Amino acid sequence: MEKLHYDQLGETLYKETLDNGLKVYILPRQENNKTFSIFTTNYGSIDDQFTPMNEDEVVNVPDGIAHFLEHKLFEDEEGDVFDTFSRRGAQTNAFTSFTRTAYLFSSTSGVKDNVKTLIDFVQKPYFTKESVAKEQGIIEQEIRMYEDDADWRLFFGLIAALYEKSTVRVDIAGTVSSIQDITKDMLYQCYETFYHPSNMVLFIVGPVDPDEMLTLVKENQAGKTFKEQGEITRIYGDEPETSYKKEDTLHMNVQTPKVLLGFKEANDEYPLEGLSYELAMQMLLDIMFGPSSEAYEEMYREGIIDSSFSTDFTMERSFGFSAIGGDTKDPDALVKKVRETIRSYKQKALSEEEMAITKKRKIGSFLKQLNSSEFIATQFTRYEMNNDDLFEVVPKLEALTLDDLEKVLQRHFVDDHSSIMKVLPK
Amino acid sequence: MAEVETFQIGSMNVHFQPSKKYKTTTFVLQIKAPLAKGSAASRALLMQVLQAGTNKFPSRRAIRKHLDSLYGASFGGDVSKKGEQHFLTFFMEVPHEKFLQQEDEPLVKKALSFLTSALLEPVRENGTFKESIVHEEKQALKSKIKNIADDKVRYANGRLIEEMCKDETYGIHPYGSYDEVEALTTQDLEQAYESLLENDQFDLFITGPGKVDELTPVLNERKASFKSRAVKTSTTVNGPTNNGREVIEHQDLQQAKLHLGFRVPYTASDAEYATVLVANGIFGAFPHSKLFVNVREKESLAYYAASRYEPYKGLIFAMAGIGFEQFEKATKIMTEQLDALKAGDFTEDELTTTKLMIKNQILEQVDTARGNIDLMYQNVLTGRERSVEERVSEIDAVTREDVERVSKAIELDTVYLLTGKEERA
Repeated sequence: MEKLHYDQLGETLYKETLDNGLKVYILPRQENNKTFSIFTTNYGSIDDQFTPMNEDEVVNVPDGIAHFLEHKLFEDEEGDVFDTFSRRGAQTNAFTSFTRTAYLFSSTSGVKDNVKTLIDFVQKPYFTKESVAKEQGIIEQEIRMYEDDADWRLFFGLIAALYEKSTVRVDIAGTVSSIQDITKDMLYQCYETFYHPSNMVLFIVGPVDPDEMLTLVKENQAGKTFKEQGEITRIYGDEPETSYKKEDTLHMNVQTPKVLLGFKEANDEYPLEGLSYELAMQMLLDIMFGPSSEAYEEMYREGIIDSSFSTDFTMERSFGFSAIGGDTKDPDALVKKVRETIRSYKQKALSEEEMAITKKRKIGSFLKQLNSSEFIATQFTRYEMNNDDLFEVVPKLEALTLDDLEKVLQRHFVDDHSSIMKVLPK
Repeated sequence: MAEVETFQIGSMNVHFQPSKKYKTTTFVLQIKAPLAKGSAASRALLMQVLQAGTNKFPSRRAIRKHLDSLYGASFGGDVSKKGEQHFLTFFMEVPHEKFLQQEDEPLVKKALSFLTSALLEPVRENGTFKESIVHEEKQALKSKIKNIADDKVRYANGRLIEEMCKDETYGIHPYGSYDEVEALTTQDLEQAYESLLENDQFDLFITGPGKVDELTPVLNERKASFKSRAVKTSTTVNGPTNNGREVIEHQDLQQAKLHLGFRVPYTASDAEYATVLVANGIFGAFPHSKLFVNVREKESLAYYAASRYEPYKGLIFAMAGIGFEQFEKATKIMTEQLDALKAGDFTEDELTTTKLMIKNQILEQVDTARGNIDLMYQNVLTGRERSVEERVSEIDAVTREDVERVSKAIELDTVYLLTGKEERA
C-alpha cells in the first residue's frame, strides 16, 4: 500500500490498485465520528454511445439510462439496500453526473459491514421487468420536480444552446418519454460495460485503520470474479466549434427573470493540463466577476444583480464550459456588462497584485472545503478519474503565472463560442 | 471532544469549543429577539445593511477585499425564526495559519475583530445609516422576498405555515412582507439598531484549532458595547387548530407540491423531545420511514416524500411532489401513516432502525462546525444542557409506548396543495 504525506495540509493518504484494477484510497481522520465512503464508476449521462463489452457494434442507448441504472442498483433479490444500511444507522445515497455515477454511505458505527454492503450492492445488479416499470413512475416525478426548478432549467437551457451534438445537452435524468424505452436488457448491457472494477474508484475517509480497511476490500474482491476487460470505446460525436444557438429563451412561472451567459471550450488542445486549466479559469472568473470585483460592485449598486449572481466552470472528459449570471430585473443589461468586462480584460494586462490576492483567496477556500469529508472523497475521485490530484491544488495554484492566465483568457472567452440563456416570466 | 469554555464579555455569552477536526475557525454570532409583526422587516433590512459596510471598510467591495486578505474568509448574515423568536445570525470562517505557509499573525484575531466591527461600527453618514446603502439593500431584500415564490417547494411550505398560523405570531415571515420592507425609513432602521443593541440577547460561538487567549483581548476591547441582557421570549405551543382544512392553490406547474401541517404539543424544551424525534423518524424523516416506503417505494407516487419536525413551535410538516391527479390518493396514504403510528402499528425493526438513524445523525452533526454550534445553541435556547452523550441516551430510552402516546397527540391541522392550472392530458 502506498502512503502519501501532505505535510502542509496535515493529511496522509493510503492508496492501492487491486489486481482486478479497482483503485482504493483511504484517508484516516481519527478526530471524526463519521466515516464517509464513495464508490464511483467513470460512467455518466454523456456515455450513451459505446461498444458494449464483448460486442463489435456501437449501440445508442436511451437518454437517462445511467441515472436509471443508479436508481435500480439499490434493489436486489432480498429487497431494498436502503433498509440494510438503515438497520445499521447508516445513511446512503447516490448521484449521477455527466461523466460519473457514485454510490455512497456515511455512518458512525458498523463501518466495516457498511463498506462491504456498499461494494456488494454496486457489484450485484438485479433488474426485472417489473422493477424497471415501477421505477419509471418515481423517476417521472423526479424529472417533473426539476422541470419546476427554474435555475435547473436555466442551466440546462444554456448547455443545450451551447452544444449541438454532444449528449451533455440532454438532461441527466433523460425525459419522461426517453425513460419509457429503457429495458432490463439495456441496463445489463450498460452495467457490464461500465461497472468493471478497473473503471471504478473506492474512497474511504473517517476514523478507520487503513490496513484493516484495505484487507477487507481485498478479501471482498478476491471472492468475486470479473471478466477481463479492455479499453471502453465511447463515442462523443463531433461537436462544432461555434455555439449551437446564440440565444434561447424559456418562459416559466417565475417572478424575476434569470439569465446566463456561457462559453464552450474550443476543440483544440488545452494550453495547460486539466487541473491547472480549471484553476486558471476559476481564477479568471473570480477576478472579473467575484464579489470583490469592480463589475460585481457596479452591477449590485445598479440593482442589476443580487446575491444569486455567480460564475461556474465545468470541465469533464470531452467538454468544458463556463456560465455567468443569475436573477436579474434586466437580463440584457447584465449580459452587456459581462461582455464589456470580458472585452476590457482581454485588452489590458492582468496585474500581479490581482493574481496574488486571488490565489490567497482560493487557497483559503480550499482549506475550508477540506473540512468536509464529502468534499474530499467526491472531488478526489473526480480528479483521479481525470488523472489529477486534489491534494496538488495549492502547489498547482501557486505555480500559475500571469502568462498562463492570459493564455486561458484569450482562448476561452470567444464570442462565437458563447450563448445566452434566459428564463423569463410568462 | 474538548470541553466547551463559556464566559461573558459584557452581557454577551461566549461559547468556545477547541477542536482539531477543522482547518478553519468558525464564528457564529446569534442575536435573539421576540418575533413580532412590527419589527421583522426592519431587523431583516438591518441585517442586510450591517453586511454592506463598516467604518473601516465602507462598502461591500471594501469588505470583500479585506476578507480576501484574510485568505478568503467567509462572512455572511442570515435572518430566521425558531418558534416565535427572531434571529439575526452573523457567520464567519477563516483558515487557521498553521495550514498556510507565509502567515504568522493569528488570522482569528483579525477575523473576530472584523466580525464585531460589522455589528458595532457600521458605516455612517451624517450620524445615521448611509442613504445609498439603505436604498440598495432594500432592493436586495425585496428581491429576496419576491424570489421565494420561484422555489416551489419552499413557497408551498411558506404558504402552509401562513395558512396554518395566520392568527399566530409564528405566521410572521422572518423577512417581513414586501410592502413592510418597501415602507421602511432610515429612521426605522436606526430604531431597530438601537433596540437590538439595548435589548437583544447575544451568543457568540467559536470553534476551531486555536486557543481562547487569542480571542478574549479582541472581545474585551468592546466589552462596554455588549450591554444588552438575556431576553425573555415565549412561544405559544398548540395554538388553535384548523382541523385538517384544505387549501388548494393553482399555478403553472409540472408537478403538484403536497404539504401537510400537523401540531404536536411538545418542543425541544420538553422531556418528550426525544420521543417526538423518534415518532417523526418512523413517520417520515428517513428512507426507511413510512412516508418514503409507502408513498414512493410501494406506490411510485413521488420522488420525494418526507416529514420534518419544527422543535420550537411544535409542528410537523409532511411533503411530497406528486402528479396532479394523485392528490386524494397521496393525502390518504400520508395521513394513514400517521394513523398507523397512533395505533402502534409499527414494527420493532422500524423503532430500532429509527433510533439508530437518529443517533447516527447526532454524531455526524457534531463533526461539522455549524452542526455542532447548532446543538450548542439549542441548549442555550431550551435551557436544557444536553451533551451529545445525553442526546444519544435520551433516544435510546424511548419506548414503543412513548411513541404511541406522543403520536396520539399529533393532530392534522392543514392540507396545502400547490397544483397545476389544469389536469395534464
